[in-house]
Amino acid sequence: MNKSITGTALLVLLLALVPLAGSRYLIYLVTEIQIFALFALSFNLLLGYGGLISFGHAAWFSIGAYASAILLTTLGWPFLLAFPAAVAVTALAAALIGYFCVKLTEIYFSMLTLAFGQLVWAIAFKWVSVTGGDTGFIGVAVPEFLDSPVRFFYFSLCVVLLCATVLWVIVRSAYGMTLVATRENRNRAEFIGVNVRRVQLVAFTLAGTFAGVAGALFTVFNHSVFVETAWWSTSAEVMIMSILGGVGSFVGPVIGAAVLIFLDRTVTEYTQYWPSVMGVILLAVLFFMPTGIAGFLNRRRGGTRR
Amino acid sequence: MSVLTINDLGMNFSGFQALDGISLTLQEGERHAILGPNGAGKTTFFNCLTGQIIPTRGVVSYKGRRITGLSPSRIVRRGIGRSFQRINIYPQMSVFENVQVAMIAHEGMSFRLFRKAEALFREETLQMLELVNLTEDETVTAGLMSYGKQKQLELAIALCSEPELLLLDEPTAGMSPQETLDSIALIADIAEQRQLTLLFTEHDMHVVFTIADRISVLHHGELVASGTPQEIRANDDVRTIYLGGYADDAA
Repeated sequence: MNKSITGTALLVLLLALVPLAGSRYLIYLVTEIQIFALFALSFNLLLGYGGLISFGHAAWFSIGAYASAILLTTLGWPFLLAFPAAVAVTALAAALIGYFCVKLTEIYFSMLTLAFGQLVWAIAFKWVSVTGGDTGFIGVAVPEFLDSPVRFFYFSLCVVLLCATVLWVIVRSAYGMTLVATRENRNRAEFIGVNVRRVQLVAFTLAGTFAGVAGALFTVFNHSVFVETAWWSTSAEVMIMSILGGVGSFVGPVIGAAVLIFLDRTVTEYTQYWPSVMGVILLAVLFFMPTGIAGFLNRRRGGTRR
Repeated sequence: MSVLTINDLGMNFSGFQALDGISLTLQEGERHAILGPNGAGKTTFFNCLTGQIIPTRGVVSYKGRRITGLSPSRIVRRGIGRSFQRINIYPQMSVFENVQVAMIAHEGMSFRLFRKAEALFREETLQMLELVNLTEDETVTAGLMSYGKQKQLELAIALCSEPELLLLDEPTAGMSPQETLDSIALIADIAEQRQLTLLFTEHDMHVVFTIADRISVLHHGELVASGTPQEIRANDDVRTIYLGGYADDAA
């Protein structure tokens, strides 16, 4: 326990020092990793803790992204209002769609999340007057105080750390333990008096909300939103990050996000066959490290899986 | 006082009549066994009582209030606990957590997002583990324990909701003879201590005649007999369909 606190503190310190290295490329890379780490953490609340396989997690990321773009630019709201409002919109959407999704289980649940995810993409793609459609939402009115890579780096670091802390508290909570119980044995959970669907709906809404935060950050980071973000491949990407890093541990998805984005940027410099490389990496992980990088490291240290 | 009243219960699975016109009343403190060969409808009967399936006919009332049509979680909160024929625990959680999470649910804290689970109901959880003799296995991953111990754990989980009526589906199925003996002693003891009303299905004749003070016999979805162990032993219908030579040996 003390070890993990020291480790986290060290990591945060290291992250805080990144801009001092003076490389703009590094600042961009680490900012993007932060955002996707939060996205993957939110996803893992569903997959790792709830055992819920969602193929539509990109929906929440992109709703958060578009909502913040529209609120900031089209409606001209001040950032401090627009940012939380975008998150609230995402939370509402996730609760509404989640209500239908958790009525189904297993593969039917997954298919429904995929369908809703693609529906969000279709709306973003077709509603050109609001979202910019195919061209994307260009020229987001980013507030001045965030209009520098370094300042945004620190802003996103703070937001991501705050969200990660809240998620950490939640997975250790009475609710978090109950969520794991519904994953472990849905039937037994019903028979200790737990309303399993409601537990899953809360997880779905929370996961969507935090994905919305990540999406809103991504908008400010890019000064634009692209419709590809809502495509199902983004949902697959966040799933790969989680599995690569390890769904059985809290930090696993963070490691997965960091490794995947770093490799993506590095490998694309040498070859256009990044997707194939990613496929090979994923295969290797599934065969040789079925509990992901975090699970692998943990076992080598002699730890156990919760 | 009657705890459970079952009136003309029927379950039809698209043409197959699994349960047909079952009426039964359970008095407080009664230990009632449901006997019946494989496929007689015992598990379907239990599933109808606990809300896993909704019967196509009839009404079940618990303490005078209708429970037919309620979800399992709501029926549990009314005071009916259940254990299953096949082991039903949280295999990857520790033994302690298996019980703790049930305590959390019983105390209505399942949705507390910011209340640290670790410190909750430690005392109560330890007491419950002691009750079922699992104190030493506290930190063990539940799924790694022996079959008999997993059954004990399941009993502990079911007891966390402080049920007044406990439904046990084949509590000793798959146990070794020694485990069976220990387990019956444990169940009888707990039922006595907590003044539970028990309704259980069982294959093992010995178990049935040791614990039960009333027995009902289910055959092809119908209740063919209901009475004290002596009456059931003496019942000719029951002998022919189920008991075979056992009643003669025992008598």
